Amino acid sequence: MTNSNINFVNIGERTNVTGSAKFKELILSNNFEEAISVAKDQVENGAQIIDINMDEGLLDSEAAMVKFLNLIAVEPEISKVPFMLDSSKWSVIEAGLKCVQGKAIVNSISLKEGEKKFIEQAKIVKDFGAAVVVMAFDETGQAEDKFSKFKICSRAYEILTKKLFFPPQDIIFDPNIFAVATGIEEHNDYAKDFFEATKLIKTHLPHAKVSGGVSNVSFSFRGNNQVREAMHSCFLFHAIKYGLDMAIVNSGQVTIYEQIPNDLKDAIEAVLFNTSPNATDSLIEISKKYSKKLDKKKVTKEWRKSSPEERVKFSLINGINEFIEKDTEELRIKYNKPLDIIEGPLMDGMNVVGDLFGSGQMFLPQVVKSARVMKQSVGYLLPFMENDKAESSKTKGKILLATVKGDVHDIGKNIVGVVLQCNNFDVIDLGVMVPSQQIIEKAIEENVDLIGLSGLITPSLDEMCFVASELSRNKINKPLLIGGATTSKIHTAIKIAPLYEKGVCHVTDASKAVTVASKLISKNKCRPFVELLSKEYSDLRKNYFKKDNKSKENNINTCRKNKFKFAWEKYNPPKPKFSGIKTVSNIPINEIMEFVDWKPFFQSWELHGNFPEILSDKIIGKAATDLWNDAKKMIDYFDHEKIIKPSGVVGFWPVNSDGDDLIVFKDNSRKEINTKLYFLRQQVNRKNSERPNFCLSDFIAPVSSKKDDYLGAFAVTAGKGIEKLSKKFEKNKDDYNSILVKSLGDRIAEALAEMFHLKVRKNFWAYSKNEKLSNEELIKEKYLGIRPAPGYPACPDHSEKITLFKLLEVEKNLKISLTESFAMTPASSVSGFYFSHPESSYFGIGKINKDQVKDYAIRKGISIEIAEKWLGPNLSYSPKKAA
Amino acid sequence: MKDKAEILKALEKQILIVDGAMGTMIQRKKLNESDFRGKEFGSSKKNLKGNNDILNITKSEIIYEIHKEYLESGADIIQTNTFNSTKTSQADYDCQEFSYDLNFQGGKIAKEAVNDFLSKNPEEFKLVAGVLGPTNRTCSISPDVNNPGFRNINFEKLTKDYEISTEALIKSGVDVIMVETIFDTLNAKAALMAIKNIEKKIQKQISIMISATITDLSGRTLSGQTLEGFYNSIIHSDPISVGLNCALGPKELEPHLIELNRISEFFVSIHPNAGLPNAFGGYDETPESMGKYIKNWSDNCYINIVGGCCGTTPEHIKAMKLETKNKKPRKCIIPEKKLRLSGLEAFNF
Repeated sequence: MTNSNINFVNIGERTNVTGSAKFKELILSNNFEEAISVAKDQVENGAQIIDINMDEGLLDSEAAMVKFLNLIAVEPEISKVPFMLDSSKWSVIEAGLKCVQGKAIVNSISLKEGEKKFIEQAKIVKDFGAAVVVMAFDETGQAEDKFSKFKICSRAYEILTKKLFFPPQDIIFDPNIFAVATGIEEHNDYAKDFFEATKLIKTHLPHAKVSGGVSNVSFSFRGNNQVREAMHSCFLFHAIKYGLDMAIVNSGQVTIYEQIPNDLKDAIEAVLFNTSPNATDSLIEISKKYSKKLDKKKVTKEWRKSSPEERVKFSLINGINEFIEKDTEELRIKYNKPLDIIEGPLMDGMNVVGDLFGSGQMFLPQVVKSARVMKQSVGYLLPFMENDKAESSKTKGKILLATVKGDVHDIGKNIVGVVLQCNNFDVIDLGVMVPSQQIIEKAIEENVDLIGLSGLITPSLDEMCFVASELSRNKINKPLLIGGATTSKIHTAIKIAPLYEKGVCHVTDASKAVTVASKLISKNKCRPFVELLSKEYSDLRKNYFKKDNKSKENNINTCRKNKFKFAWEKYNPPKPKFSGIKTVSNIPINEIMEFVDWKPFFQSWELHGNFPEILSDKIIGKAATDLWNDAKKMIDYFDHEKIIKPSGVVGFWPVNSDGDDLIVFKDNSRKEINTKLYFLRQQVNRKNSERPNFCLSDFIAPVSSKKDDYLGAFAVTAGKGIEKLSKKFEKNKDDYNSILVKSLGDRIAEALAEMFHLKVRKNFWAYSKNEKLSNEELIKEKYLGIRPAPGYPACPDHSEKITLFKLLEVEKNLKISLTESFAMTPASSVSGFYFSHPESSYFGIGKINKDQVKDYAIRKGISIEIAEKWLGPNLSYSPKKAA
Repeated sequence: MKDKAEILKALEKQILIVDGAMGTMIQRKKLNESDFRGKEFGSSKKNLKGNNDILNITKSEIIYEIHKEYLESGADIIQTNTFNSTKTSQADYDCQEFSYDLNFQGGKIAKEAVNDFLSKNPEEFKLVAGVLGPTNRTCSISPDVNNPGFRNINFEKLTKDYEISTEALIKSGVDVIMVETIFDTLNAKAALMAIKNIEKKIQKQISIMISATITDLSGRTLSGQTLEGFYNSIIHSDPISVGLNCALGPKELEPHLIELNRISEFFVSIHPNAGLPNAFGGYDETPESMGKYIKNWSDNCYINIVGGCCGTTPEHIKAMKLETKNKKPRKCIIPEKKLRLSGLEAFNF
C-alpha cells in the first residue's frame, strides 16, 4: 500500500560485494543460496529498499547481477521491496534494469564524464522507468564543500528536468559522505558540508531527494564497532534534520541515538560539526573507553503445594502466569490428550472466572489477566495437539473482530476479544486497518457466526457503513456487532442498520458484548432479538428524522449573523514568545505523570469512578488497586527500558479570521498567506435563545479588526515503543499487558498534551503566567484558552489534520504519520490547535445542513462528496451514497 | 493514428466502450483446420486450428464481421485480432516469420471496419487499439521449479519481438497501442520499451493503453505484484489509461477497480471476463447481470473505459453501452509528487 507518511528510508547495504566481506565471499564461491538469505535477513531487519552491488574485479559482474536478480525475483519476501541497482559499470546497471519488474533505483550516474554521457545514461534510466541517484561528481572531481556539492547537483537537476523532462521526484542526490576524524585538517568539515549541502538541495531543488552511504563517515574507526555505530546514529540523527531522505545503512547496526552515552555523543557531535580543533583527538581518546558490554537480570520466586489441577485453577482465577507452563506440562504428562486438559481443568477454571465476572465479583482487568494465563497454557499445549486434530467442538460460536480500515485503535476491540474468549467464544481477531474485503473473505472462509467491527475515529463510521454495504453485497448473513468510542446507537440505527438486513447491534462495552453475542448465536433467541433490535432502531430513525426536519429552516447565513460577538477594538491578543515551531524531546517520564488524568484509564478497563477514590471503593477497589499497581510497575518499566520517547512540537503563527476561515500568514508582516484553516459553525436553531452559533474562528480577531492575533498548534507522542512493546506481549499471548501498555500509552500522550498546554499558557504564549491550578482543576479545564483537535466536536473534520501536520512538520519532527482516515500512528499521540482567547470554550458543532457543507467544500476546494464523507456523522441529511 | 490530445479530450467527456471477446466470437463460427489454413498456409506442417490470429490472413472477412458486430452494438474502441501475433507466440505454430503480416493485417481489418462504420455514422468517435498480448512466456518467473534463476525468454528478445508487432500495427493505421492481459510486468515493460523505440524510429508520439491481469483473489498479478506495485512500474510510459482485464469477472475485479480509481492519475479501463469459468469452461454472467455491475461503476464514476474480455459478446457490449449512456466519466486524480517505487509492493514516499 502507500507509505505516504514515511520520513526516512533505510536502504540495506549487505547485498553489496564492496561493502560486505561475507556477501562477497558467498558470491565469489558461487554460493547464491546463502547470498539470498543475506538479502532476506536484510528485509526482515527493516531495510525498505535493498542495494545490490556486484562490482568486484574477480567477478563477471553483469552475469552475477543478472543471476542474483533472477533468483531473488522469485523470493517474495525479498522482492516485495524495491531494488537499488548499484554499479560503477553502466553495462551492469543496464543488465540489471532488464531483470526487474518493479520500479527500481539506479545508483548512480554523474557528470564526471561530461554532459553527453550523463544525458545518454539518464535517458536510458527514464525509458526503463527507474529512479536515479545522481552523485555530486563532475568533470573536475567529487565535490567536497557544500557549495560545489550544491552547484553540481543544481546543474544536474537543470539538465534532467529541463532538457530531459525527467520527473524531479525520481531524482535522488548523493552529495558524498566522506570520512571524518581522519587527522587531516581538510576533512574536518566533511560532515558539516554534507549536512548543509543537503539543506540547500532540499530547499532549492523541488521534489528531489537526498541519500548517502553512511558507513563512510566512520571509516577512521574501523575495528571499533560501538563507536562506528554511534557515529552513524549521530550522523543520521542530524542529517535527517537537514533533510536527508534515505541512506544506505545496515539497519541492524544503528545504535539508538538516545542510548549513546553522553560523553561519546558529545565527542562525536563535536567532530561532525567541527566545533573544536581538538574534536578528533578527544573522540579518539574517548573511543578507547567503549567496548561492548551486556548485563542481564534474573528473578526467581517460590510457591505452591496442591495438585496441578488446583494450581492451574488458582493461577487462572488469580491471573498468575508465572508457573503456568510448568503446571501445564505436569498436566500434560498426567492426562492422555492435551484436549482433555483444555476441556477439563482449564475450562473449569475459566468457567469460575466467567461466573465471577458475570456476577460482578471479578472485573475486567482481572478477567483479562485470567485470559492471559489461559492463552499461554493453550499455547503451550498446541504443539502437542497436531496429531489429534479433534477440534474443540464445545465453543459457543466463532466471532470475527476487526478494527476497520484507516483506524489503528484497538484497545476496546482487544478487550472485547479477550472477554469473549473467556466466555468460550472462538475469536478470530484480524487486527487493525482491516479492509472490507479481508473481513468478508475471512468471514466466509471461517464460517463465522458473528462479525464485530471497531473504530475510534469518526471517519471509521463511514468505513463501517462501507463494510456493512459490502457485507450485504456479498450476501453475508451473519449478525454484525458495532463497537468503539466513536460509534453510537443512533449512528448504528440511522446509518449502518439500513445497509445490512441480517442484524446489526451496537455494543457499548465488553460485558455487553458477551450477552449480545450469546443471544445472537443462540438458535432460539436470535430471531426475536434481531426483530426487537430492528424495531428499536427503526423507532430511533423515525424520531431522528422528525427532529431533523425542524432544524432545516436554519441556513448558514442566519447562523453566521448570530456568531459569537466580541469587542475586538478593546482587546489586544497576546503575542506568543516565539513564532514558528519548536520541538521538545527527552521529557522525563515522572514530569509527565503529574499530568495524567486517571479516570479514563480506569474507564477503559470498565472500572467506573473517580480517581483516587476508586482505589478504596468497596466493590471494585481491589481490582482497581491491582490494576493501578500493575500500571505503576509498567510505567517504571517504560522508564527503565526507555520504552517511551515522549516528545512534542509546538508552533505559533500570525493569524486572522476571515468569516469561518482562519488565514495563517507567513510572517508578522501579514502580507503573504501561508495556508488556511477551515472551520464549521453550529447550525442549530437559536431563534429563541441568547446563545450564539459558535465557530472556532470566532475566537480569533477578524482581518477587519486590524488586530494582530495568533494561533498555536501542537502534536505530542509517546513514541513508537508503545506499539512495539504491546505487540511483543501480544505475541507472548499476554493480552493483559498488551492492553495495559496501550491504555497507558494513551494516557501518557494525553498527559503530554496537558503538560504542553500548561507550558504554552505559562511560558510559550504566556498569557496566563500566574496560573496556579491543581491537576484536578486542569482536568476540569479551568484554564484560559482551549486546545481542540481536528476530530473534536468543535471541529469534526479530521482531514484538517493534514494542514496541522504540515504547519508543525509533524512527520519529520515526531515521526507520527496519518492513516488514510487521518488517525495518528503511533496511536499514542495527540495533536490540536491552541486558542488563547479568554472566552474561548469547547462546544459541539452538532448537525449541519447541506448549504454549509456546500459552502465548506467550496472554501476548502474539495468536492461536496469528499466533504460529506469526512463530515458524515454531522450531516443533518442523508447524502447520496458514493460507494 | 489519432492525436493523443484528441483521445484524451474524448475521454474527459464520455465513457468509452471497448469491444468484447474475440476468441468467444471466433469459436461461435465453428471453423475447421482448413478454414484456418486457407490457401496461404495449406502446406503448414503444424496444425493451425486455434491460431486465431492467422485468420487475419486466411479468413479476414470473419474478423471484419466480428468487428462490425461489436461496432454496431456500441463499442467505441475496437481491439485488433493480434493478441498472439508476436513472434514469440507464433513460434508455437511455426509461424513466427509472419508476425509482421499478422499484426499489419489485423490492424488493417479493424481500421477498415471502423472506417466503414464511420462513413455511415460520421459524428461518432471510434478508435482502433492495436493489441500487444503478453505472449506465452514470462521474464520474471522460472518455468523450471528446480532452477529458480532460469528464464525461457529475456527482456531483450521480447523487446525486439514487440518492436516488430508495434511497427506493423502503427503502419496499418491503428490509433493506440494496447498492452493488455499483463500477468508479468517485466513482459509489459519490454512492450513499453519497444513502443518507445518505435516512437524514436518514426518520430511520432504513440498513445498507449495498459491493462493488467489480476490472476486470482489474492489481488496480485501472476508475477506477484500488487496493483499499486504494478501501477508504479508503468507510470513512466505516461499511458492514456491503466486498467484491468481478463482472469476474473466483474464481481472479483470490483475491489481492484475501486483501488485503481483511488490511485490512478490516468484514465481507468476495465474489461472483465463474463464471470469465472464454470464447470464446463463457459461463462455465466449474462449481459443483464454484467450490466448491473457496469451501472454501479458508472453511477459511482469509477470508470472511463469499459468493455468485456473472455466470454463476453456483442449482447454484453450492448448492455454496457446502455448502462453508461450519458453517465459522467471518472475524473483522474492529481497525484502528489512522490518518489513512487515498487518491488512486488508499492513504496511511495
